[in-house]
Amino acid sequence: MSIRVSNLTKYYGQQAAVKDISFNINTGEIVGFLGPNGAGKSTTMKMITTYLTPNSGKVEVNGMDTEENSIEVRKKIGYLPEQNPLYLDMNVLDYLEYAAQLESVPKENINKSVKNMVDICGLGDVQHKDIGELSKGFKQRVGLAQAMIHDPEVLILDEPTSGLDPNQIIEIRRLIKKLGKQKTLVLSTHILQEVEATCDRVLIINNGEIVADGTPDSLQDKFRGQVQVNIVLKNDSVDKELIMKAVSSIKNIEKARILKEDGNVIHIIASGAKGEDVREDIFRKIVSLNLIMLGLHQEETSLEDIFRQLTKNK
Amino acid sequence: MKNLLTIFRKELRSYFNSPVAYIVIVVFLIITGWFFTSSLFITGVVTMRNVFDIIPFIFLFFVPAISMRTFAEEKKSGTIELLLTKPITDTDIVVGKFLAALALTGIALLFTLIYVISLSFLGSIDLGSIIGSYIGLLLMSGIYISIGIFASSLTENQVIAFIISFLIVFGLFMLNKVLIFLPTSLASILEYISIDYHFGNIARGILDTRNIIYYLSGIFIFILLTRFSLESRKW
Repeated sequence: MSIRVSNLTKYYGQQAAVKDISFNINTGEIVGFLGPNGAGKSTTMKMITTYLTPNSGKVEVNGMDTEENSIEVRKKIGYLPEQNPLYLDMNVLDYLEYAAQLESVPKENINKSVKNMVDICGLGDVQHKDIGELSKGFKQRVGLAQAMIHDPEVLILDEPTSGLDPNQIIEIRRLIKKLGKQKTLVLSTHILQEVEATCDRVLIINNGEIVADGTPDSLQDKFRGQVQVNIVLKNDSVDKELIMKAVSSIKNIEKARILKEDGNVIHIIASGAKGEDVREDIFRKIVSLNLIMLGLHQEETSLEDIFRQLTKNK
Repeated sequence: MKNLLTIFRKELRSYFNSPVAYIVIVVFLIITGWFFTSSLFITGVVTMRNVFDIIPFIFLFFVPAISMRTFAEEKKSGTIELLLTKPITDTDIVVGKFLAALALTGIALLFTLIYVISLSFLGSIDLGSIIGSYIGLLLMSGIYISIGIFASSLTENQVIAFIISFLIVFGLFMLNKVLIFLPTSLASILEYISIDYHFGNIARGILDTRNIIYYLSGIFIFILLTRFSLESRKW
């Protein structure tokens, strides 16, 4: 079940929330929308789910236009809106049954699919409670359960882990990962680890525009800057100039400096050329000088750095 | 149709899951009961007239109270987004909610049949005008509810929804009370728009199509307006 978004634009009054964005999502992909708050992630999702209508451009789900075939598109989609709205005065089973009826699950399958969701989402202990009495983690599971009650081919989850504690986050991520295997899944988040942990592909959205699109790894490759290596040496009253000269002479190292001297430990920072691993050369050089190396650590540009780079100028 | 019934059942059940339904019915019966017994024991006349005269006034407050939450609550809690992205039409949602509120007022009216039955033991009753009055009251509450639902779809604040629907309903109800201040050409138009004028005809036992068409078209117009109001999120 593919999603094709072409030249999508949405205005709220005078302000453009989404500006002329286009992308394709293929069947079976887990795609993360990453962006700061107010970047246009939710607005884009609301247009995919037919809640909002674009000012221009269009969205097609499996070739069906979201406006012309609104009802058919909705049948294919399971949606967890932002803030996970629920009917707090209903109990879990009644609510899931209601959701199943609204999703046109055939009458004879309703009990089965409700039970199935209770099992998958681990709601067995709370199934007879009112939703208003549940903890946030359980509410989130109820929200996921209602989104998947009709076994949709596309799942759209708007910030599925916001407001959860770390244990619950890991649990929900595991659930998403499990479900994502058979489905096309789009989730939004402003948490970077989430994308790294769950998604095959990332769309970084800022100010209503897509500023980066690719797998987490390919984005790291693309935006990789200089490699920085931290070297820690034992200070045996060695000749520092000699060391610096030796380190600087290593191939691919452009610059080296002493960061600090800490008792009998010297910290050196060396920056290497883009995309080159210089650790081995450094190690051999240090050993050949008969010095003792205490630490060697290479830092690469993380997704976090990329995210900051792309979204800081607001 | 199936979806409409799903919405209807859920809405009706949520009235009875909360205190709303019970409070509305009990207070309704206390007020109508007082008017019923006082007329019966003080004047000693076998009539439902006093009850039927007071119910339109009670509805002025009660129907906005029943209908104020229909959309305002869903908007406030965000569940409206869930509802509107399910594979059901806006019409199913609006009409389902309308019928559930109508069923609740219908149930309240059903309890007043006790008065009719007890009267029938005491003397002869005018069955024609009683049946007419019930049909008239149902149609009247229908137009009140459609206005209330429309008002509820305009805001996420239930109090504001109550006030808006009360003002519209009160205005339409009072129109034929101010006619003497107006020129006759204007008066006949305003009289036709007035809710109470049409009820007066039906309550006498005259089922005129003009009156029925007035109520049905009023309900239709406000249900349509509610649909537009729901769609306005897309503009």
